[in-house]
Parts: sequence; structure tokens; C-alpha cells
Amino acid sequence: MSVVVRGALLPDGTRTDLFATGGTFVAEEPRGARVIDADGLIALPGLVDLHTHLREPGFEQSETVLTGSRAASAGGFTAVFAMANTSPVQDTAGVVEQVQSLGDRHGYVTVRPIGAVTVGLKGEKLSEIGAMAQSRARVRVFSDDGLCVHDALLMRRALEYVSTFGGVVAQHAQEPRLTIGAQLNEGALSSELGLAGWPSVAEESIIARDVLLAQHVGARLHVCHVSTAGSVEVVRWAKARGIPVTAEVTPHHLLLTEELARGYDARFKVNPPLRRDEDVHALRAALADGTIDIVATDHAPHPTESKECAWDEAANGMVGLESALSVVQAAVVDTGLLTWTDVARVMSSRPAEIGLLAGYDTPFAVGSAANFTLVDPAARRTFAVSDLHGKSVNSPYLGRELPGRIVATVHDGYPTVLDGELVDAETVSAAAGAGSNHG
Amino acid sequence: MRHLLSTADLSRDEAIALLDIAEDMADVANREVKKLPTLRGRTVVNLFFEDSTRTRVSFEVAAKRLSADVINFSAKGSSVSKGESLKDTAQTLAAMGADAVVIRHGASGAPRVLADSGWIDAGIVNAGDGTHEHPTQALLDAFTMRRRLHGAASRGKGLDGVRVTIIGDILHSRVARSNVWLLSTLGASVSLVAPATLLPVDTTAWPVTVSYDLDAALGLSPDVVMMLRIQAERMNAAFFPSAREYSRQWGLDDDRVARLPADTMVMHPGPMNRGLEISAGAADSARSTVLEQVANGVSIRMAVLYHLLAGSES
Amino acid sequence: MTARSVLQQADIARALTRISHEILESNRGSSDLVVLGIPTRGVLLARRIGAILDGIEPGTGTVGSLDVTMYRDDLAKNPTRAPARTDIPAGGIDGKTVVLVDDVLYSGRTIRAALDALSDLGRPRAVRLAVLVDRGHRELPIRADFVGKNLPTAADERINVRLSEIDDTEEVTIQ
Repeated sequence: MSVVVRGALLPDGTRTDLFATGGTFVAEEPRGARVIDADGLIALPGLVDLHTHLREPGFEQSETVLTGSRAASAGGFTAVFAMANTSPVQDTAGVVEQVQSLGDRHGYVTVRPIGAVTVGLKGEKLSEIGAMAQSRARVRVFSDDGLCVHDALLMRRALEYVSTFGGVVAQHAQEPRLTIGAQLNEGALSSELGLAGWPSVAEESIIARDVLLAQHVGARLHVCHVSTAGSVEVVRWAKARGIPVTAEVTPHHLLLTEELARGYDARFKVNPPLRRDEDVHALRAALADGTIDIVATDHAPHPTESKECAWDEAANGMVGLESALSVVQAAVVDTGLLTWTDVARVMSSRPAEIGLLAGYDTPFAVGSAANFTLVDPAARRTFAVSDLHGKSVNSPYLGRELPGRIVATVHDGYPTVLDGELVDAETVSAAAGAGSNHG
Repeated sequence: MRHLLSTADLSRDEAIALLDIAEDMADVANREVKKLPTLRGRTVVNLFFEDSTRTRVSFEVAAKRLSADVINFSAKGSSVSKGESLKDTAQTLAAMGADAVVIRHGASGAPRVLADSGWIDAGIVNAGDGTHEHPTQALLDAFTMRRRLHGAASRGKGLDGVRVTIIGDILHSRVARSNVWLLSTLGASVSLVAPATLLPVDTTAWPVTVSYDLDAALGLSPDVVMMLRIQAERMNAAFFPSAREYSRQWGLDDDRVARLPADTMVMHPGPMNRGLEISAGAADSARSTVLEQVANGVSIRMAVLYHLLAGSES
Repeated sequence: MTARSVLQQADIARALTRISHEILESNRGSSDLVVLGIPTRGVLLARRIGAILDGIEPGTGTVGSLDVTMYRDDLAKNPTRAPARTDIPAGGIDGKTVVLVDDVLYSGRTIRAALDALSDLGRPRAVRLAVLVDRGHRELPIRADFVGKNLPTAADERINVRLSEIDDTEEVTIQ
């Protein structure tokens, strides 16, 4: 399988052709290649999502590894880290290996399963972290996301034990005692709307505790979906002292605020909740200055009946794989805070680095894996259900105008998206099978 | 007016118009034939996901006095309690031809979701949603205040300059919220009294003054003292240490009542916890408007249903 | 189309005086008379009639108002109307002769609604109707007992009644 890209713009602005054969970039143009005309398009290294919910096994009515992978490819991603809150939970070698092999078989993206920190996500006992790390899935990121590892002793042990296997704990920071029944950011709006508040201190206090624990035991910590200005301050403080903490922000927290909840439309219900304007601006600035390391989608599919109901009864979450790059472009690129080179870093090389995923450290270099995506930054479209390719449609951007469009995505040297359309599953699966074993 | 979801949506003129229509409706209760043919042939559905006999009966009487047909869908024993979704219930009611739906729901915003959803083309009246609003309660409270203050000369008047103090679990009270918006729209000045645990964390945008000290607040001689019901569950969630302490600090006991000016009204949306937030003496005194509030509830709800249903479908 | 004056102030006063005498004559006196005006201008006319009756036979001018908004049959076709006051004099209407007063009689539907309203308020011995202007075009079998002026009109013509209590002049015009 050979691919030739003509006239693409690299993130730094240089115009170039790209050649790939047998899954890697090569120096000379191969013969018999599929040619992609990339005039006016930006070539980004394949995007890597450190935080996705693929829902399989157990919640296949919302999403499967196949449909989630397709949604990811459509968004320009070539690798996703699949969160552990499936059913059964990804807390054993068997389940993580199953998820990984499903991803490999379908072939749209590289699926890296995340292991649960505690058995069943119950927050009581550590799961078999060693077994998962040494399984074929070679898990390196561990998270109880959806839930917080709130017990201080257990979090300490988790940080230490996971570091034993060279991994990182990704914490969903939410003190449960301060957020019982919480529905929306706590503040003037939540009191007006009569919705139980989710105070920002419930996130900030856990991050503050966790960075001090990480410092004390000398282990890496990753903070999921940072959502408040106060959390940014804590992370900045920790980094200044050399604490090995990394942080992610979702596209929706870079663009949307709690005001959208006024009509009680549960498409805007998410955990952590949408916050204020000041928080959005603090998060953008933090992404620009490196306090926040990466963008991660927290793609969270839910069936329509879980969103077409009263706010209190609705599920938390938004799908985000297909819209991620557009939203990032609208929030931080078109506003001049980040360049496309920065985007390549925060959405590809740095998440791969944090998740210990090989092959993304030298993008476009000859010999490295051919994972890339071609974006038309000048396009504008009204985001619609037809832009969603997963099983669920709970997107907060429906009807909103967004910039940018993915024109092509190439994973391990074979296309998964061409001319803005997904390549069919059989072709992709066959190409994946024909490729060499990758890690 | 297509729906009544929140008192914050009412302008001063709209609010006074509703109170004035309620004056006429109140007169109907004194006639031998307590009925008007105005809503004949219309169907009003009481969709109560939360139990509430009082409010439901009040709406039922109001609808029947206007000759409307009433259907009651209440939580227990019906499909709504078996987990039928709001959407399916709404579509069933639409298929049955409901012209208005009076909805009480445990989730804040449920009436708004229903009104905006397109599942049913009926006027929606919010009879209480979660901790958000209870607009007809605020309207009947305002009506009661106006009647007590101006008697037969109430028509056309607002509540300008009236000082109202609301005491109790403001944080969880939909009655408090609806009253705050409506009373300020009508020109009253509103003061809230509660421990900090029972106040929303940010009320800077609310048109109220806030205090923790009941005695100080009563010392300012308010025209109206409105007591809110305290729920025992709040004690278990550490909002206050004990019923005794709550009552001592924020309860309207006989001593506090005695120190109020002679004309000050004592109001309570009901049901009352006698001995907790309000003493029996206060509840049964001449200042207490509790029974009038119940009677006025029917008149207000008649006015609301008339306003929503009698006009052209536009 | 310019308005044409059909009744001036003096004409209106004379009409009301004649109507008041006719009411007394047909009732054989003033006992048990209750004059109820239909808001808005019917009430003003009822009060004037009541004052005239009182001038002829003191103590006879028992006047009130009867709002018929809630009984109209055309509510659904118009934006919601705010009702006006219904004010029944202390003696009630049971066994009385009620004289309804309105400014213009046209289709008759307002009077039909008034009859329904009355039947919910009590049982009068008799109901009579006095109007300042009868413009024809009845849609129901209703007729006035006492008429100020019969004014045949075309359906597209408008009758305007202006009374000095609330308008800036006193006249009836047609246009």
C-alpha cells in the first residue's frame, strides 16, 4: 500500500510532498501509489486522543470499537486511548486485550486500552495493574475516569504502584462528597436555574492533593479534563516546582460556557460541567503557555433517550471526536493563541508521549510510521448529524458553524478517510491485516 | 402568553393583569352557580410526577370552574411511575388532545424541556419543578398580599414599597425563587433570611438583601413575613445541626410574632411544620394568611388557565 | 370615508330620557327594577338612566354592571380579553326586572352572553333590553325593548359611540 500526497503544507508552513509505503514514510516517490492532491491543505501528524469512551464491551447501544474508531478517523485521529468504564470494566488483562484486538482488527485507528485503577471502578482495591501492563495490550495509562480515586491512601498507592510499571495515573478530579447530585457548575446560574451545583473547588482540591502526593512519592500524574481557572493555577504551581504532572483540556471546555444550560437542553450536560467565560479564557491561555499539555476529547456517546429528558435525569457527556479539530481551530487557532505547529504538539506528539505510544515523536520523518491527516483550514460548515460517524448524536455543536474540514486521514500508511468520506470497513480491515505488526 | 413556566418571564403589566383577572374569578366562588362556561370543550391535564394533593386539587377545581374537562395523571400507580419517559407521556397526552398540561416534576427545568420539545402542542403551566420555580404559588402569594393591603380596591395595583421578608430553606425552595422575581417586578422589596448553608452560594444578581439574623430582620418591621417549610432530610445532609437549633434561630415562635407590628402578615406556602419553622400560635393567629392563600390559589389558577387557553391560538 | 354624525349631545340626552320613561311605563312603576349596564359604555348609559329614573321617582335608580367576557362565544377567535367588573346591586336579581343596557345592538351575541351570565347569577322575573342604537344585522333571535335610535347600516359601516365620561366628545357617528 503506497500513498503520495502532493503539495501539502506542513504545520510550519513549508509546502511539501509526502511519500509512504508499507506503513512508513519514505524518501522517494513510490510507484503505483494512491495520489492525494493536498493543494491548500495542512498536513498534521495523526491526532492522538488520550481520552475516549468506546463503550465496548457492554454499552454497544451507544458506541462500539468499530463505530468509535470510524468517528475518530473522521476527526483526523490515528490513535485513541479507550477509557476503562466499560462492562465488564477494563480491569483485567483479558478485557484490555479484547479491546485492543478489536481495534487492530477494524484497523481505523490504533486503540490503546486504558486500565482501571481499581477493581470495577469501585475505589476500594487496586486492579491487576501489573497483569494489564504486561499483557498484549501493554497498558501504560490507568484511570477510573467517570469516577475519582478519592481515597487519599488509595491514590498514593496507585501512583506508586503504577509507576512501578512505568505507567501514569490519569485522575478524574472530583471530590464526591462535594458533588453529591451535582448537575451544573455551582454559581449564580445554577442557583437561578434550581440545579444542584458542582463547585470548582471539588476539582481543584483533588488536583492540589494529587500533585503533592505525586511529588512525595515521585510518580507521574496526569489530570483529565481540567475545567477551571483555579485548577490551572494549581497545575501551574506544581509544574513550577518540578512536579511531574501533565494535564489535558477538552475542546468543549475551550469553547462553551454554562450559559448554554439556560434552556435545560441536556446536550450541554457534561462532567466536569461547562464553566464560566473566565474559565474558558484561563484554559485557552494555559494551553498556549504549556501549563495544559494536550487536548483530549472525552468523547462520551449516549443514546438519545438519555439526553431527551429532564436535565437531572440525563446522562453526562458529549461526543467529540469528529468536531475536535474544528473546535480547537475556532477556540485557539483562529483567535491567534496557538499555531498549527502547536496544534500538532498538543493533539499528537505530546499525548503520544504522555501515553507512552511509540511512533509519534518524529512526525513525517523518513522511517517513522505514516500516520497523518489533511485538513482544509479555510472550509466552514454548519455542523450536522451527517458529520457524526459514531453511533450516538449527542453533540453540542449541531447547528453551529465550525471552521476546518478533514479531507483525508492515513493510519499506518493506508487511508481511512479520503475526499472527506470514510473508507469502508472491509477495505480498512483488509489493509490493516496486510500491514506489518505495529506496536 | 403561551406557557407559564417562570415568574421571571412576566412583565409588571402581565403580572397585574393576572392578579386582576383573579379578582373576577374570586367573585365566582361567592355565587350560587360557581361556574363559568369559558373553557368549555377544552381539556386540561394534571401531570403530576411528584405527589401533591393540594396543588393538584386546586388546579382541578380551577379548571372545572371554567367548565374545562380535567384529566389527572399522577405519579403513583400510573405509567409515569413505571419509568415511562417524559417524552412518551407527552406524546400520549398530545394524542389525547390535551389543550393545557399542568406539570409538577422533581427535576428543575422539566416544564421548559416539555415546552420546547415539540412533543406536544399545548399550553404548559409549571406547577413546581424541582428547586426551580412555582409560579402560581408566587402569584397567589402576591394576590393575597394585595388583597390584605387594599381589599376591594386592589385592581390595577402592584406591591410597590411593600417589604417582604422570606425565611427558611432558600437554597432548595422553588417558592422562594418565584416570589423573589415576581415581588420585585411588582415593586416590593425583598429580604431573605437563612443560615449560610441554606442560601445559594451566589445571590449577587438577585434583587434582594440577605441576612442570617432573624431577629434583626424582624426588627425592621416588614409588612410581610413568609416562612418556608424546612425538610427533615436537610438535617441529615448537615445543613443545620438539629431541629431544635433551627427553630431557636430561624423559627417564627410566639415571642417573635408578638414583636411584629400589628399589620404584618404571616404567610406560609404549606404544608407547615408546626413547632419547627412556625409556631402553632403564629400559624393560627389573625395575621396568618394561610387559609386565604389556599382559597386564592383557585382564583389565581383560574386566571392563569383563562389567560393561557381562552385567547386565539397564536 | 368621513364620519357622519347621527346623534349629537342633545339627541342622546333626549333618547335616554324617553327610554327611562318607557322603562317606567312598561314596568308599571319602579318597583323591583335593576338596571345593569354592559361594560364599557353600556355601564355609563345605565348610570345616566339610573339617575334619570331617580329624578322621576326617587329611590328607583338601582344600577350595576354585568361583564360578559367569560360567556362570549367568540373567545377563541380573538386575543385574550381582560374581563371588566361585574357589580350586582345589593338586592340581587332574583325576582327582579332586569334591564340590560348597551350602547349598540348588532349581531345580538353580546346580549346572548349576557342572558347566560344572568342565569348563572340568579333568576330574574323578567329581562328587558335598552340600547342607544340598533344597527340591524341580527344573527340571533334577539330584540331590544327600548331603542334610542334605529340606524340601518351596511355591514362594512362602523358605528362609533362617544360619551363624555370617557371620550373627548359626546356623539354617535357612522362611517
